[in-house]
Amino acid sequence: MGDLVTTSSISRILRKVPRENAFYFFTSIGNYTGENATCLEEFVKKIEEVDAKSLEFHLYRGDLEKWVDKTLEDKELAEKIRSLKSLSPTGNSLRNQLYLIVSKRYEQLKGKSSS
Amino acid sequence: MKIRNQAVVLDNLDWKILQVLQENAKRTYTEIGRLLGVAHSTVYDRIRTMEKHGVIKKYTALVDLEKIGIEHVTAIMTVFTNPKESEKVAKTLSESKEVLEVSMSLSEDLSIIAKVVAEDQNRLHLFIAQSVAPLSGVLRIRTSIITRKYKDERFSIEENWKTEIKR
Repeated sequence: MGDLVTTSSISRILRKVPRENAFYFFTSIGNYTGENATCLEEFVKKIEEVDAKSLEFHLYRGDLEKWVDKTLEDKELAEKIRSLKSLSPTGNSLRNQLYLIVSKRYEQLKGKSSS
Repeated sequence: MKIRNQAVVLDNLDWKILQVLQENAKRTYTEIGRLLGVAHSTVYDRIRTMEKHGVIKKYTALVDLEKIGIEHVTAIMTVFTNPKESEKVAKTLSESKEVLEVSMSLSEDLSIIAKVVAEDQNRLHLFIAQSVAPLSGVLRIRTSIITRKYKDERFSIEENWKTEIKR
C-alpha cells in the first residue's frame, strides 16, 4: 500500500499548509493550547510536546486522522491513526504510540522524497 | 440633553425617560409623558435627540430561546492575544454571527472576552477551531460553557448615576 505513493503525492503530503488549514491542538471543547502544526514534520514535533490530554481529546474525536486524511491527504497514515483508537491508549502511552506511527511515516516519506 | 466639551450631558428628565424605556421600550410617548408629568411632544423631542446622538442605540426584543424550543450552547471564550494584534482579533470576532459580545480585558495578559453561541457543543468547537484559533495574534483560548443561568439582566440606569457620558 505504502509503495503506491508517488513522488508528487509525497511532496504534497510533506508540504506546509496555510495557517487556516493547520492542526490546532485543544485540550477540550474550545480550549486551545496555543500549539499548532502546519505540516507533517511539525505535527511529529508537537505530538512530543503537547499535553497528552490534547492528544486524547483529538484522537477519540477523530480529529487527527481527519486532518491527516483531508488536509495532508495521507490516507495510509490516517488509517494507522484510526486503528490506534481500537487499542484505547491514554496519556503518555498514547503519545508514544502515536509518535512512533507518525514519525515512522514521516521518515519513510522523507527518505523517499530525497532518494 | 446638551453637548459640552465633546460629552453628552443628560438632565433629570432625560434620565427618567431612559429609566422608563429600559423597563418597557414599547411605551408610547403619551404614556411616558403621563408618567413623568410632561407633554408627549417633549418626550418625543428628548427621545429623538438621544437616538440621534447614539445614547439610545436600538430597541430590541429579548427572546427566550428555550421557550421556543431552540437548542443552543452559550459559552464565554477568553482569547489571549499578542497585544499588537488584539484590536484586529476583537474586530474580526465582532463580525462573526456566532459572537454576541466582545470585550477587551485589562488583566495581566491582554485578553479578549467574548460570548459565543452555537447550536451544539460540536459546532461551538468547530467555530473556535476553524475561525478563532487560526486568527493571527491568537496565543491560546479558554472556553467555559454556560450550563445554567441565574440572572440575565441588562445594566439598568439609576437617576443618581453620573450624568456625563463621553461620546
